[in-house]
Amino acid sequence: MRYIPHTDDEIRDMLAAVGQPGIGALFETIPEKLRWTGPLEVPAALGELEVERLLEGLARSNEHAAATPWFLGAGTYAHFIPSAIDALVSRAELTTSYTPYQAEISQGTLQTIFEWQTMICALTGMEVANASMYDGASATAEAALMAMRITRKSRIAVAAGVHPHTRQVLATYLGGLDVEIETLPVGEDGRCQIPALRDDTACLILQQPSFLGTLEDLGEAAAAARAAGALLVTTVGEALSLALLRPPGDWGADIVCGEAQSFGVPMSFGGPHLGFLTTRSKFMRQMPGRLVGQTQDGAGQRGFVLTLSTREQHIRRERATSNICTNQGLCLTMATIYLALMGRSGLREVALQNLAKAEYAKARVRESAALELAHEGPTFNEFTVRVPDDGAAALARAREAGLVGGLDLAAHHPELGPAVLVCITELARREEIDRLVQALGGNAS
Amino acid sequence: MGDYEIPEELRYSREDEWTKSEDGRVTIGVTDYAQQQLGDVVFVELPEVGRSLEKGEPFGVIESVKTVADLYAPLSGEVLEINEALVEAPESVNDDCYGEGWMVVISIADPADQSELLDRAGYLQHIKDRADQDQ
Amino acid sequence: MRNATRGLAYEEALLFEQSQPGRRGVDLPALDVPEVDAAALLGQAFREEPAELPELSEVDVIRHFTRLSTWNAAVDLGLYPLGSCTMKYNPKINERLARLPGFALAHPHSPAAQVQGLLQLIYELEASLAAISGLDRVSLQPAAGAQGELAGIMMIRAYHESRGEPRHKVMIPDSAHGTNPASAALNGYDVVSVPSGSDGLLHPEAVEAAMNGDVAALMITNPNTLGLFETHIGRVCEIVHAGGGLVYGDGANLNALLGHSRPGDMGIDVMHFNLHKTFSTPHGGGGPGAGPVGVKEILAPFLPVPLVARDADGQYHWDEERPQTIGRLHGNHGNVGMLVRAYAYIRSLGPEGLRRCTEMAVLNANYLLSRLRGAFHVPFEGSVMHECVLSDRLLAETGVTTLDVAKRLIDHGYHPPTIYFPLVVAGALMIEPTESESRESLDRFADTLLDIVRETHEDPQAVMAAPQRTRLSRLDETRAARRPVLRWQPDPKE
Repeated sequence: MRYIPHTDDEIRDMLAAVGQPGIGALFETIPEKLRWTGPLEVPAALGELEVERLLEGLARSNEHAAATPWFLGAGTYAHFIPSAIDALVSRAELTTSYTPYQAEISQGTLQTIFEWQTMICALTGMEVANASMYDGASATAEAALMAMRITRKSRIAVAAGVHPHTRQVLATYLGGLDVEIETLPVGEDGRCQIPALRDDTACLILQQPSFLGTLEDLGEAAAAARAAGALLVTTVGEALSLALLRPPGDWGADIVCGEAQSFGVPMSFGGPHLGFLTTRSKFMRQMPGRLVGQTQDGAGQRGFVLTLSTREQHIRRERATSNICTNQGLCLTMATIYLALMGRSGLREVALQNLAKAEYAKARVRESAALELAHEGPTFNEFTVRVPDDGAAALARAREAGLVGGLDLAAHHPELGPAVLVCITELARREEIDRLVQALGGNAS
Repeated sequence: MGDYEIPEELRYSREDEWTKSEDGRVTIGVTDYAQQQLGDVVFVELPEVGRSLEKGEPFGVIESVKTVADLYAPLSGEVLEINEALVEAPESVNDDCYGEGWMVVISIADPADQSELLDRAGYLQHIKDRADQDQ
Repeated sequence: MRNATRGLAYEEALLFEQSQPGRRGVDLPALDVPEVDAAALLGQAFREEPAELPELSEVDVIRHFTRLSTWNAAVDLGLYPLGSCTMKYNPKINERLARLPGFALAHPHSPAAQVQGLLQLIYELEASLAAISGLDRVSLQPAAGAQGELAGIMMIRAYHESRGEPRHKVMIPDSAHGTNPASAALNGYDVVSVPSGSDGLLHPEAVEAAMNGDVAALMITNPNTLGLFETHIGRVCEIVHAGGGLVYGDGANLNALLGHSRPGDMGIDVMHFNLHKTFSTPHGGGGPGAGPVGVKEILAPFLPVPLVARDADGQYHWDEERPQTIGRLHGNHGNVGMLVRAYAYIRSLGPEGLRRCTEMAVLNANYLLSRLRGAFHVPFEGSVMHECVLSDRLLAETGVTTLDVAKRLIDHGYHPPTIYFPLVVAGALMIEPTESESRESLDRFADTLLDIVRETHEDPQAVMAAPQRTRLSRLDETRAARRPVLRWQPDPKE
């Protein structure tokens, strides 16, 4: 076996050293009736070449964004990924290292996390960030739990414009606790209708941009939350939007969390992605997850360590702020590299290209006799299009035209009628957008 | 067993708090033994002024780098003052646990509660008994 | 020789300190649609000032992260004996395959018919994990072990509620990982700690004494965190089941069991797998991992949705219609990129290879223990499984602690073992060599530890001053925690 170095001679000598007659003797502490003696029912071993062929075959049967113009977003986004990212994260020192508990030999990982914390705070307009959560959905659920700890209240108001899967994960996470979740409906304009919140509300959760692509009124949301003594949690599905939209922190958000897959992390069929969570300094000790802080060594040289660990499960156990341990470290490294490459002007330019191309597409939709924009307000790179027949049929036409056209909204938002959620990123070319609009409209256009 | 400074004039709880009673006002902190056990204190969370405490109830948290311990009310009463300076300087708990490192002042509900507190000899014995149990 | 002495060791400032206005690391194609006035389009929602990100060229960025990477220890550099973390070799073929565009650039919302290869992979990986563990169904959705645990406890709660008898307590041995009590608490359960016996094992009497009609489950790690097989597990599970409870198995130590014993046969009803431990997916400096959760038939109705099902005609589809499900746990389908790697690993090893991994992992742990016994205190004697626990008790008179030994190992080029865990052993050193290490590698490591013990008696100050050969010496964690600096900010004086 190529991954195991032991020769027969070595095994014999090592057994002699431990005083055992054979390998079987090492397992005699397992009661006999619990010993498994048959072969495991897994397929027979394959050589490296065979494994390669097998998985290449499985990979070939999947549609993907390198082969097809891609207009499907809905929480997972096809963006350009510079080659430098994979070249760097393929380095074994980044890939095959563990959580940086031993600071002196983990400074590479620790400094990277510190840089991420700094950059994601700059983007969200917040003061502290953790070293990642599993994904945007669990980050949102953790934000709700955090708001409950801070306010000591247990009612969650969540906008229907939050990604349906995020709302489902929220419900799953809170299922074991005495919590009431109230869903606030989407108005005609595609935005959350924010009512006066009850005094027992721990937090109001909005997604910006919303699942349908519209921009929520975060100022009004912050005021409503404040009036009820609740926190405003803003969750971000498309992190690139942060480059062009006023930071949620500036609107008065207390926790800004979400999904940062757009920053150089491949879609990978939905994971691994990069959940993030940022907040105000005053709530630092209520945060879930790992935090990296700056300090010094004995000689006064700057270094970084995991800090405020007493919040975490390995110390506080059942009273920890979360049970999270392993997080999404390498995805955080990808995002940090992405942001470093893009920089201040590059990230802004990519975001502007997304906006411009989406606006171009919206203009084509407006011109189409068969299609209609479901909402007229501002959007970033994603918007909802009403189609003439039904969403699935429209997407089938797009597929025939060689395009992945978007998400059918029938299951999530039937009230919109036949509609498709379309995402236009910097990858989209003008001709492809034209073809998409044509295909979605079908014969009627 | 280590060497601990346990002043004669104070009274002690079994949870390693010291108390100093003056005219119905009782100042509370943690003992030298407690601060040595914890190591470098990095954070102290104290109750709000005005909160009423039940004897034995957790009223705050004290954290070092690797551990966290609850503070238990040694007496019932209402919180009159908290040591705000500990937010900025938690190291006072290590440097001067009976002085700058004090935590709260409470007004006590029932002076008779104090009879259950330990004196210096009683507390030292308590530390020793606990250490023997752990052996 | 004027330049390199021990190779190239670099200093490297933060990205922000190297920023030069006007630099860029990426060039975009020219815009092929009309430009827009973002401020006018977005109105109040427009961000006036771009976020303050650093400005660097591609060369700057490559050098920065390459230099940072040289400050990390890694499995590919050498033995990484972290107990309970299973830092085994991460095969390179798995990395290459996970990057195939058909996996890496697939989208979670693609219709099932367009992603049959991925669904097949998920379906087959589920079957393999079920066979390895002796469980009936497995959800691959949890993103890490702790999320798998959370799902497991949620299913236990849903099970009791479905029977109309909600329970309120979860029993956890005192040697358990911290995630266990944290996961129980997230489900609103009170934690009852069960003491392990003087032999380090969980005894039926202790479980019997704590078991009652309000206990929903026992959470157990087998082998436990002392590296010992819980020999009473069969009886322990019977007691819990007789009392109407269920047994949760923490799969962190599954590398000790592959092909030799199956948790399902022990009486465990639900467990998580750590694909980043047992099934060789890399740890990535803290993640991503994957924490599939497997169950016996009685808990299958409660599994997270969706699962993958196979039709009579061989087509795969998402199975969402599961009315008793605890719900969705991940925004998509879990950390699929990690599932691809684990699938490739299991296909590479096959039944014999998996069994061999466990045998060599157990042999390695026992061999190391035989080399270190005597120099270090062994709190619980006996044959260990895949890891062993030592303590610093024999060093007490020198003043040297476990932490010092750990830091001194760094000077000799080793990542330290897990230290001060499990909590039931004072000054614990928990060593898991994994099957990846050869005898020479183990001997070098053991010799190093023995040298450090010798040094501890001859020159304890040198050990306490470790690490001395690293770029930075021991870092001040107290300072970091007292006045947290959690992001870079420009110096106001500049």
